Amino acid sequence: MAMAGMLAGCGSGDSGSDGGTITAYVYGDDAVKVQQAAVDSFNKTSKVKVKLVSVPGTDYVNKLRSAMGSPNAPDVFFNWGGGSIKPYVDAGQLVDLTGTVKKDATLKEGFLPSIMEAGSLDGKIYGVPMRGMQPVMLFYNKALFEKHGVEAPKTWEDLQKAITTFKDAGITPFALGGSDKWPELMWMEYLLDRIGGPEVFRKIQNGDTEGWGDPAVLKTAQTVKELIDDGAFGKNFNSVDYGNGGAPTLLNKGKAAMHLMGSWEYSTQLGKAPEFAKKDLGWTAFPTVAGGTGDPANVVGNPTNYWSVNARSDHKEEAIEFLKTMASETYAKALVDNGDIPTTSNAASMLSSSPNPQFAQDQYSLVQKAPSFTLSWDQALEAQYATPLLTEISKLFAGKTTPEQFVEAMKAAK
Amino acid sequence: MSHHAPVAKSHGGGKAAVGDVGRPPVAWAVPGILFFAVFAIVPLAIAVYLSFTSWDGLNSPTMTGLDNWTRLFQDSEFGQAAWLSLVLTVISWAFQTPVALLLGVWAAGRQKNRALLSAVFFIPLLLSTTAIAMLFHALLDPNFGVIKEIGPWIGVDPNVMGSSTGALLVVAFVGGWQFMPFHTLIYQGGARQIPEVLYQAASIDGAGMVRQFFHITLPQLRHTMTTSSVLMIVGSLTYFDTVLIMTKGGPGTDTTILPYLMYRTGFQTYDLGYAAAIATALVVVATAISLIMVRLSGFGNMRSTREGM
Repeated sequence: MAMAGMLAGCGSGDSGSDGGTITAYVYGDDAVKVQQAAVDSFNKTSKVKVKLVSVPGTDYVNKLRSAMGSPNAPDVFFNWGGGSIKPYVDAGQLVDLTGTVKKDATLKEGFLPSIMEAGSLDGKIYGVPMRGMQPVMLFYNKALFEKHGVEAPKTWEDLQKAITTFKDAGITPFALGGSDKWPELMWMEYLLDRIGGPEVFRKIQNGDTEGWGDPAVLKTAQTVKELIDDGAFGKNFNSVDYGNGGAPTLLNKGKAAMHLMGSWEYSTQLGKAPEFAKKDLGWTAFPTVAGGTGDPANVVGNPTNYWSVNARSDHKEEAIEFLKTMASETYAKALVDNGDIPTTSNAASMLSSSPNPQFAQDQYSLVQKAPSFTLSWDQALEAQYATPLLTEISKLFAGKTTPEQFVEAMKAAK
Repeated sequence: MSHHAPVAKSHGGGKAAVGDVGRPPVAWAVPGILFFAVFAIVPLAIAVYLSFTSWDGLNSPTMTGLDNWTRLFQDSEFGQAAWLSLVLTVISWAFQTPVALLLGVWAAGRQKNRALLSAVFFIPLLLSTTAIAMLFHALLDPNFGVIKEIGPWIGVDPNVMGSSTGALLVVAFVGGWQFMPFHTLIYQGGARQIPEVLYQAASIDGAGMVRQFFHITLPQLRHTMTTSSVLMIVGSLTYFDTVLIMTKGGPGTDTTILPYLMYRTGFQTYDLGYAAAIATALVVVATAISLIMVRLSGFGNMRSTREGM
């Protein structure tokens, strides 16, 4: 305790004469301007000033990790909830916000319930939503669908028919950036949710690695294997990437018909092929899977990002005050204008001013109606499980392991 | 760090020979030794210490004794990574040495345009590894890269990055492409040191180009080859950036070489104690190989290969 007090003392060395400073780390990308505006307006009235530190995206996780292990830790920081904050929770470094949220109407009523829940850990709330939602959706090339008389697939049968149609036409049914590994994860996430429901993964997320032994996991891996063997992803998806534009280009050039991807696919396409994005880019929910017990309305992806408060901060109360501004209408409006879909319950009415109202509206209602929103597995699990998971999934997709071996490897993951 | 290993080694055991005449006193080496201690020895000692702990980077490291080391020897992934590192090293050496040797010898000559061509050939070394890796990644994109066009012509499957052997060969090739100019430079320097009279004498005796190469150039470049090989092997063992950018250790774990495994363990899974054990093992192996090569080649005796010296 004395040690913690001393460290906290060091951390607040930069306290100004008029009340002090709250340092907030944020993932440095285009959306930072929205947070900066919120900070500026908060600082106008608050005695304690928030100082926003924008950390370049690729360095974010590492920099946060080093900072949290040092006396210069931020007071407030951006995160993905779930496993991304588990080490900090375990080390007693985060403020439990459950009580605060329950008592405060703005926070309690302010956000979609599935979003608030997705960010919590063992039933406790450690974060307040602060950015847009990023559900994974099935994107498709409308021009190709029209040309080959295919409708957006609603069921697994539709999907398989579509696969056959496109294969026969010499078109890769699904673009997949296998070289980046995480796009492969999205298939596993949706299939497991549809086949066994969100409870299967929730169990694993809560620390039960035996949960990988659930029959639904094996069925998921087998379904993936069938898709691969069937040529649904083409032959060379292992050397296609997402980051450098491989998979998105396949879709917009009409070489692939569909692409399972996070909602950011829309802005990616808008950047790479604006004409295509405006005219021919279609989107739909992940189809139902016959015999599956999961609710077909469930969604996977990144519910949103969260602010968490450092337990060693000298200005916890002020930090929480700042977090409350995230539920305000002004903030939600700023997110909408930036092309994001806020996770606040009042967002629906603002979406008409989004750069693409239809896409925004569809995305919002997809998430709003979702009984469950499963956080991407690699964020939901702690790094010590997430990294082996990505490796094992990559092996499964590369045909190096069988579905049975995948299950065994995950059960054994330390 | 491991690059210093061969350099730091003292010359062949305290024989006070003719070579010692005129050498500066030990005091002159103090700044160098201090620098080396702060930036190489101390971090190495910390890594060795950490290899006996469990550390997540947040809490304080806790001593776990030999846990990491026993795990290391049972870990099939470590075994595979060590094997892949070895294969990569052998391929890199076998691919780079002959080419660098021939180019270096050629570049040491006095042909027209030689200087210009050497300069052009030297360019890859000036580019950053990241830039090179991204360039090759784009070229090898199976759908939009040049590999799609020229691959079938030269009998290469455009999915080369997606196949196990293909990905490893690509990593070796890209590394070779980048570092070969450096080794060419070393061989060029070595070849220039060979006294002209040897060739003149051989010419008079009627030896042709090929014979001169095998009987004069090659033996005279023996020590150059040791230097180049040690650098090449240590370089291959610590090879990292290209794998991170081009293959991320995949497909599956087929290009997860030791340094990448260390990175993944340390900075993605935050198992820093185990990562330190991998790093330490890597240092031991690299140093051992350097020492063995130096010993076997007689390089440690520092004998001159030049006539009459």
